[in-house]
Amino acid sequence: MTNITSTPGTDAVPALSTKARSAGRKPDTKRELKAINGLAHLALIAWALVTAGPLIWVLLASFKSNTEIFLGKPFALPEMFSFSTYANAWSDAHIGRYFFNSVLVVVISTAGTMLFGSMAAYVLARYRFFGNRAIYYLFVSGLAFPTFMALAPLFYILKGMGLLGSFTGLILVYIAYSLPFTIFFLAAFFKSLPYEIEEAATVDGASHVRKFFQIMMPMARSGLVSITIFNIVGQWNQYLLPVAIMSGPGSDQKLLLTQGIAQISVSAGYQAEWSTLFAALVLTILPMIIVYAIFQRQIQSGLTAGAVK
Amino acid sequence: MRHGRYPFIIGFLVVPVALYAVFVVWAYIQAFYLSVYEWSGLGPVTNFVGLGNFRKMWDDTLFWQSLKHNAFLLVLLPIITIALALVFAFLLNVGGGHKGGVTRGVWGSKVYRIIFFFPQLLALAIVAVIFGRVFGPDKSGMLNGLFPESWSPWLFLADERYAMACILIVLIWQAVGFYVVLFSAGMGNIPTEVYEAAAIDGATRVTLFFRITIPLLWNTVQVAWVYLGIAAFDAFALVNIMTVDRGGPDGATSVLSLMIYRNAFEFSQAGYASALGVVLFFLTLTFAALTLRVTRRESLEA
Repeated sequence: MTNITSTPGTDAVPALSTKARSAGRKPDTKRELKAINGLAHLALIAWALVTAGPLIWVLLASFKSNTEIFLGKPFALPEMFSFSTYANAWSDAHIGRYFFNSVLVVVISTAGTMLFGSMAAYVLARYRFFGNRAIYYLFVSGLAFPTFMALAPLFYILKGMGLLGSFTGLILVYIAYSLPFTIFFLAAFFKSLPYEIEEAATVDGASHVRKFFQIMMPMARSGLVSITIFNIVGQWNQYLLPVAIMSGPGSDQKLLLTQGIAQISVSAGYQAEWSTLFAALVLTILPMIIVYAIFQRQIQSGLTAGAVK
Repeated sequence: MRHGRYPFIIGFLVVPVALYAVFVVWAYIQAFYLSVYEWSGLGPVTNFVGLGNFRKMWDDTLFWQSLKHNAFLLVLLPIITIALALVFAFLLNVGGGHKGGVTRGVWGSKVYRIIFFFPQLLALAIVAVIFGRVFGPDKSGMLNGLFPESWSPWLFLADERYAMACILIVLIWQAVGFYVVLFSAGMGNIPTEVYEAAAIDGATRVTLFFRITIPLLWNTVQVAWVYLGIAAFDAFALVNIMTVDRGGPDGATSVLSLMIYRNAFEFSQAGYASALGVVLFFLTLTFAALTLRVTRRESLEA
């Protein structure tokens, strides 16, 4: 039972290999090919079901009453589609507020990350000055350190500045911890851009600041889009930093979505009352599905860009 | 041309460097500093204990237990995820065979890719909440609901023997799609002529997979290995949200990241937490260096 999710793939592999070996160039290749194709589809469909199954189950359960959930038959349609669970999730469980908090924090911190990250990356990539390499490596070395290590000190730094439990503190921390990768990625990108246009602009008397905003930023657009998506997703999904930082009096109003859902899950567990939790989960996941449906290509390339480089 | 060069450079660097110095560099420096002190988190840091925190770690059974669980994830998460992702990516890209001299993926490969990738977009915290219910120990859990009426419910996360395996499964569930897309991108860069030439020589798809795809994809696999290994050192959201008693039952799912968090914020052991963080840092670094070193030789052979 322990390898429920891995069975489809591992089952399919040996089956595929024995079949495929007999294929070769014999006259009956066509029929063999069909059989292999069938197996390939079987493996892929199985994994698609394993992936989508839990999410479909959450959606179905979100319409069910608590008694219905405890009946078993997880994939049976709900007796009636009741939206009262959603009303509960929105008003009693405050999912709307958590959502708004997350949007607020991520919008500002991603914008800040991109602005400061691209400014630093640009200067480090295209200007020679004393200390350039030192600053660059200082930023890039941040990639090697696990955030966990800094957790306790970070808490006391914020406390000392009076920023504990505040959105301002969280946003500044998000920006700071997103800088290493953003600068690493964008510096390489800015380096790869041609120098001729920039030189022409200099001859025309454009200032350094103007060159950056009006010439380099538009030229770097594709790189900026990838890393923006990377940062939005990364910061939206952050759990550790908010849990560590958003504490203290009044912080229950300021929980982010990931924390909020975790908290709803805990209190749902105490009462064994799951229907509200499922509705809250759907309200969390649905916007992601919509955004993903629209920007599917950009998101896939944005998230994998980091690993390809 | 030189006009205003230094003011510009300084102006562009001052904010990012200041933010980074205060919240990142200073925090890491302090982590090293605090690791040799015993400090509850309140009042001045005065009680220097040298390597005391590390000695305490040596005698801490929970530390060794957590380390064992991290090692369990470190070995199995990359192997299973990469194996599954490679097979799926291969089926999606090359599995359709070659007709009219063109190698292609199976029908509908785009749809599969979209579905597979989606879990990557969900926060691990959200995934943890979902799977906390999927593994529910009574009929309200998805898996127990699927089991036949006559079975007595499986405990899953509440059973010491299976709890860690459940964590592993969830991590794999989330990661596979990302690496399918990553490997697909890599496979797209392998020239189709290579496959065609091999196919003309009568190579089966299995041969194509082991002799062409994997060797030519080795760099990407290497990156995947490092990424997954780092993920195996984390798993905090999953263990903190999904498991029984947070790291239980009876420490059966405790990992280093959870120990750091709890010591720092719940047990008032900021010094000990920092020492654990330092150990985690060196473990991660060793792992990354070892992976790159060990796998480099094989890439040369290929």
